[in-house]
Amino acid sequence: MSAAEIAASATSRRRPAASRGWSTRLLRSELRLIAGRRRNQMGLLVLAAVPIVMAVAVKVSEPGPGRGPDFLSSITSNGLFVPLAALGVEIGMFLPLAIAMLAGDAVAGEANLGTLRYLLTVPVHRTRLLAVKYLSLCIGAVWGVAAVALPGAAIGIALFGTGDLTTLSGSQIGFGTAVWRVVLVMLYLAAGLAGLAAVGLFISTLTEQPIAASIALLIFTILSWILDAVPQLGWLHPWLIVHEWMAFGDLLRDPIAWEHVLRGLFINGAYAVVFWLAAWARFSSKDITS
Amino acid sequence: MSPAPLSPVHTAGGDPAPAVETEGLTKRFGQQVAVDGIAMRVPQGSVYGFLGPNGSGKTTTIRMLLGLVEPTAGRRSLLGLPMPHGAGHALPRVGSLVEGPAFHPYLSGRSNLARLDAADLLADPRTAGRRIDAALDRVGLLAAAGKRYRAYSLGMRQRLAIAAALLAPRDLLVLDEPTNGLDPQGTREVRSLIGSLASDGTTVLVSSHLLAEVEQICTHLGVMREGRLVAQGTVAEVRGTGPAVVRVQTRQPEAAARVLDELGVEQVTRGAGEVHGIPGDLEPEKIVAALVHAGVGIQGFSVARSSLEDLFVALTGEGFDVSG
Repeated sequence: MSAAEIAASATSRRRPAASRGWSTRLLRSELRLIAGRRRNQMGLLVLAAVPIVMAVAVKVSEPGPGRGPDFLSSITSNGLFVPLAALGVEIGMFLPLAIAMLAGDAVAGEANLGTLRYLLTVPVHRTRLLAVKYLSLCIGAVWGVAAVALPGAAIGIALFGTGDLTTLSGSQIGFGTAVWRVVLVMLYLAAGLAGLAAVGLFISTLTEQPIAASIALLIFTILSWILDAVPQLGWLHPWLIVHEWMAFGDLLRDPIAWEHVLRGLFINGAYAVVFWLAAWARFSSKDITS
Repeated sequence: MSPAPLSPVHTAGGDPAPAVETEGLTKRFGQQVAVDGIAMRVPQGSVYGFLGPNGSGKTTTIRMLLGLVEPTAGRRSLLGLPMPHGAGHALPRVGSLVEGPAFHPYLSGRSNLARLDAADLLADPRTAGRRIDAALDRVGLLAAAGKRYRAYSLGMRQRLAIAAALLAPRDLLVLDEPTNGLDPQGTREVRSLIGSLASDGTTVLVSSHLLAEVEQICTHLGVMREGRLVAQGTVAEVRGTGPAVVRVQTRQPEAAARVLDELGVEQVTRGAGEVHGIPGDLEPEKIVAALVHAGVGIQGFSVARSSLEDLFVALTGEGFDVSG
């Protein structure tokens, strides 16, 4: 601080010159904002409805062995396959959609409402705002995954019980171990969505239209899935954000096959770092004219 | 003019730094020059009326002062601290209203203020409720504090934005068009609020495209036109830059205008039942004598410095509500 600055600060009889530095108030406020929004609550309900519909449908008409998707046929043997089957279905589109909605609101939404200029003049340092926004998106990703997995586990256990779980390797693991495996799956998918959230945050700094930002992230996700499905683009697949998401099944092997999971974490972490920095580079120098 | 006294906050040695000071402040958006090298100076303790037609660069200037927009050229300081580097120290002492209110529509007025307070690292969470209620009370919004923002009228929204600026004690208030959308009663209330804040020692920078809304409360004026600051100073200084104007009220404006023309009065203009012009060095007695001599019936006669409104029009070269 220069002498002039100290003198200027001394003229203020009103407020301390230096901040307390760190506080979780803004993050908590941000989470309340996300959780309090009616649209987001509806979104969570939709996410939670899928495992319930699946569980009830399987209960009503039990499929024969070998038919239906991977986990679906295993549901009847153990209720914990309900959240796994539901996560496998929803990670394709519903969960990325949820992240796209939140990411659209994060910066573009605030710019669109005009609240961004008031936050920045409070003042909130732009880097801090971006960090809080990203952290809240990551927590939103955990909420989204939990909104699928927890109701799924509850109804699965209620309808199909808690027997030993047959792993994809064919061996049996106890219920307690199985619960931890499901938690690992949840964390892995949340980490994947957190990588996607960084892309969404970056897009959100480019526009003042939250819907446009949401749609752009959704297009990014769909395009990644499409490219991942084209065999001729095999060289590209390892670099696609969605490529290793389905590797969450490896967490249900005995022992756990870590190779693809770790690679997935690495790629998603790289996406998170690169796009968060891109968002920062864009946002920290942006003229706020909204 | 309001009786708001000038009560600058003095430092230990010498003059206080101006609350706002800019030098050659310029902003270009592409080819368009929005703000063109302005040197603005808002003394501490003043109520500075920042005037100009819509589109003359007031809001862009305010956005640059608050660090929202980066200038193309020039320097600016807020409360003696250079921006944008001093933002962390200066902005907590500045309450602002920029280009109208903006809040989350599905949150209540109180929740919206709580969110802004939560964002403030200097704000004490233990006193948040009390401060929020005090701010709401000050703008007369306490009764509607629990309503969702989307249900607020334009005037209530404007009040909420002013309440947000008052959440913490401030040394400087930057109010961009604070009376937009308010009815005459609300406008009066905002004016008296500004007056009471100013008498508290808070410096106020208030922008408006309507001179009448701020002229009664200002101690200083700055007038913008097409991105340039065309006049600045105390109200008396700015007024002093305008010439005296002679006004003749009469039923025979043509005859009166002819007489004034012959006397050498400049810029003679005929209105309905009135003629006015700039007499220069002519003595008023001579003008009256000449009018009487020519048989023009005089209903009223005055020589006065131009009203601020005339001056405002003269300086900005346009009527009100016209973008430059």
